[in-house]
Amino acid sequence: MATPLFTEAEWDFATLDRTLKAIEDIALNDLKLDIYPNQIEVISSEQMLDAYSSFGMPLMYNHWSFGKLFAREETMYRAGHSALAYEIVINSNPCISYLLEENTMTMQALVIAHAAFGHNHFFKNNYLFRQWTNAEGIHDYLAFSKRYISACEERYGRDEVEAVLDSAHAIMNQGVFRYRRPPRPSRERVLEKRRRREEYQDETYNELWRTLPANATPPAAPVRDPDDDNFSDEAKLPEENLLYFLEKYSPVLKPWQRETLRIVRNLAQYFYPQRQTKVMNEGCATFVHFTIMNLLYDRGLIGEGSIFEFLHSHTSVIFQPEFDDRRYYGLNPYALGYAMMADIRRICEKPTDEDREWFPQFAGSGDFMAALKDAWANYRDESFIEQFLSPKVMRDFRLFGLHDKADDATYKVSAIHNENGYRRVRATLARQYDAGASDPDIQVVGADLKGSRKLYLEHRMNRGVPLHHPTMELVKTHIERLWGHDVALEEIADI
Amino acid sequence: MTHFIDRRLNPKGKSLGNRQRFIRRARAQIRDAVQKSLKDSAVADLAKDRKIKISAKGTREPRFRLDPKSSGEQDFVLPGNKEFTPGDEIKKPPKGEDGARGKQASDSGEGEDDFEFTMSEEEVLDIFFEDLELPNLVRTTLKETPSRTWRRAGITTSGSPTQINLLRTMRNSYGRRLALKRPSLKDVAVLEAQLEAGERIDPQTPETQEQVAALKEQLAKVNSKRKWIAFVDPIDVRFNSFTEQPIPTSQAVMFCLMDVSGSMGEREKDLAKRFYMLLHLFLKRRYKKVDVVFIRHTHDAQEVDEREFFYSRQSGGTVVSTALDKMLEIQRERYATADWNIYAAQASDGYTQSGDARRCVDMLNGEIMPLCQYYAYIEILDEREMEVFASEDSGAELWRAYRTVCELWPNFATKRISRPSDIFPVFRELFKKAEA
Repeated sequence: MATPLFTEAEWDFATLDRTLKAIEDIALNDLKLDIYPNQIEVISSEQMLDAYSSFGMPLMYNHWSFGKLFAREETMYRAGHSALAYEIVINSNPCISYLLEENTMTMQALVIAHAAFGHNHFFKNNYLFRQWTNAEGIHDYLAFSKRYISACEERYGRDEVEAVLDSAHAIMNQGVFRYRRPPRPSRERVLEKRRRREEYQDETYNELWRTLPANATPPAAPVRDPDDDNFSDEAKLPEENLLYFLEKYSPVLKPWQRETLRIVRNLAQYFYPQRQTKVMNEGCATFVHFTIMNLLYDRGLIGEGSIFEFLHSHTSVIFQPEFDDRRYYGLNPYALGYAMMADIRRICEKPTDEDREWFPQFAGSGDFMAALKDAWANYRDESFIEQFLSPKVMRDFRLFGLHDKADDATYKVSAIHNENGYRRVRATLARQYDAGASDPDIQVVGADLKGSRKLYLEHRMNRGVPLHHPTMELVKTHIERLWGHDVALEEIADI
Repeated sequence: MTHFIDRRLNPKGKSLGNRQRFIRRARAQIRDAVQKSLKDSAVADLAKDRKIKISAKGTREPRFRLDPKSSGEQDFVLPGNKEFTPGDEIKKPPKGEDGARGKQASDSGEGEDDFEFTMSEEEVLDIFFEDLELPNLVRTTLKETPSRTWRRAGITTSGSPTQINLLRTMRNSYGRRLALKRPSLKDVAVLEAQLEAGERIDPQTPETQEQVAALKEQLAKVNSKRKWIAFVDPIDVRFNSFTEQPIPTSQAVMFCLMDVSGSMGEREKDLAKRFYMLLHLFLKRRYKKVDVVFIRHTHDAQEVDEREFFYSRQSGGTVVSTALDKMLEIQRERYATADWNIYAAQASDGYTQSGDARRCVDMLNGEIMPLCQYYAYIEILDEREMEVFASEDSGAELWRAYRTVCELWPNFATKRISRPSDIFPVFRELFKKAEA
């Protein structure tokens, strides 16, 4: 038996280092995880609150809504209503994870395994993150956006910038491309170049040029993109990405306002994969930390006290209250994700007949990491549940489906965890996690650029569920601000 | 290679900018909330962090969201089935109440709830004092002969000989001498020694004579070069430069006068104390340079420090004019009107030795008011008296006397306080920012 890595609750950097090496050894050699290089930072509780309130990112432009969130979190935290997260991890290369200084050594080990290896592997391998986010460039981009926004504040005034950001934030969820890449990336690059050029011009602006004779032209006058005028060919309607549409075609926005919309849009797109993989992401990280901590214990690297402390915290993380419990607040993504992944391991190692029937591809294969890695890489919450939610997990959670019609006075139980219901419960649950279905589907369908300049939006209802009207009106005002003219929003019923 | 970074020592308050933006955003609501919260609390608690509750209205962040409650249908899955079988019907929770069921769709929505957060003392005071201003803060020193001081302003090429900057001058001189290759005294001494040695050679041959001649010529050249290139040339000379600068103005002194005699009860003293505490906070906060002088009086006045003023007790008769005397004395000694704006606030229960009120009025009219930018008189009554003296005109002796001063001087104000809750409104009224 090896000597334990640590016996005290207090941590120090030498112990962290030792522990990290041991965890890394297991993660890379036993689990064969594929990760970005890690950068692990120890932060104080105030810094943690700070990170909370700005999308969890280390750098973020300034906006009052972050201040509001901070004020709320801080009050809750000080009053003891909420505990702080143990960690925050950022999808970037190198992968940055924050450890809270108040954690005990066991918790630090848990958090390192969870964030620096679990989440890290998921970020690097899941197809959504690979396709949609740029882990290399995100920090530079955030730094740029922070600089840009504060430069705009200086130049155009805080109120102006705040107004644009408010409006952009209001339709942030409608600022992502769900099904396709942004059209014509070459044009994006053109704009990027233009932006750089403008920035360069700003930096090198020289008063002397104004003193030249009238017919001398200053170098590199901004070129107006001829595409801007060519609306009907260019815009492929309908357009689901409102921010993109407004950025490109709004008749009233100034260049810096378009750039601001673009920043918000890029952020929305960057976070979109995370919204679609909550269950998987947390499940993956939880499964990894559970496996690693147990291996550490099996090898005598952590003591009994530690493993008990770990189990206590692990079980509270994956605790799922039942629907009639006062603590119930939706399905716990940690619980569901972990349960499904642990079940995949069970199916690989000790399958029952039921499992063989449901999961012939990998039941009894023995190599659970292969099955899990395949799932982590190629699925998102919706497809993962549709594919991998086993009858056993449904029985364990005692899942049941409800059908809710707004006019009825009652909910109808549509299916429960039995032979007839498994598939139905699973399909319903999968759909529940489909961001495309749970976000309102709002599209730009037309704009009268020659006449009234009215912008036409459509909400395609899903099973007759309308938008919440009071907030809809408020958001519409924001869109009108960005569009500069009237906006009409029509709700199209599907039933 | 993985490494740990200790960020704990990074500068704090990264989110301060966002917080200021938020407070600015919700300014109006926060102001109302602060006023309300201050009204109900003791002045002593003013300097504390406090919880502020504002309605979420001004800081709402609307998003599109679905409203499955109004129409349409949806399916969802819940954990923890106990007795249901397919086809069972479950009663919906009554509308308006956010039951445990069917919450999924409303997670992202924001309620109309109040929004509660903690504001620091600084922020609370900032907002409370936002639109208050010491009245008539005339920049006396600018208006009259401004006092000025000399300040260093770098180095110049011209100036009085007494201001020569030797270091700079010699540095320039040395550089110039180096650049122009001015022969040094050492060079001259070497040549002279050689010449002397050459002349001393006996017998002189034509060769040595020639050498001597060459040396003489060289020496003459060196000496003349030393003459052409001055040791210190006028272009080397640098002078220290000074400019005149006005002394920062808007310094003010606040005289706090309080009656601590027997006729002032515990309650009256407490009210007066509260008023001064507020005033004191306000002054300390609002103006960079404010002196505060505390004068308490019974039949006899003395200057005391802040602690004494607020917390110690004394008993005796009441002669208000002694405090005015003391104030004048201190003013003459320490606070010349040319450099100081003078403010005074007096708190009393309105009683004084008979005949003294007359003397006070004379002093005010004759000597004090011409010096003062502003003089506030707070009379502390009990609630019964307040009803009796409902009119501004009726009142105790001092009050009636001061009313006459009030009519003469626009910068003299009198107010009455009878309850702790009066203090804030009165304070605000007294120190309201002047219109325009």
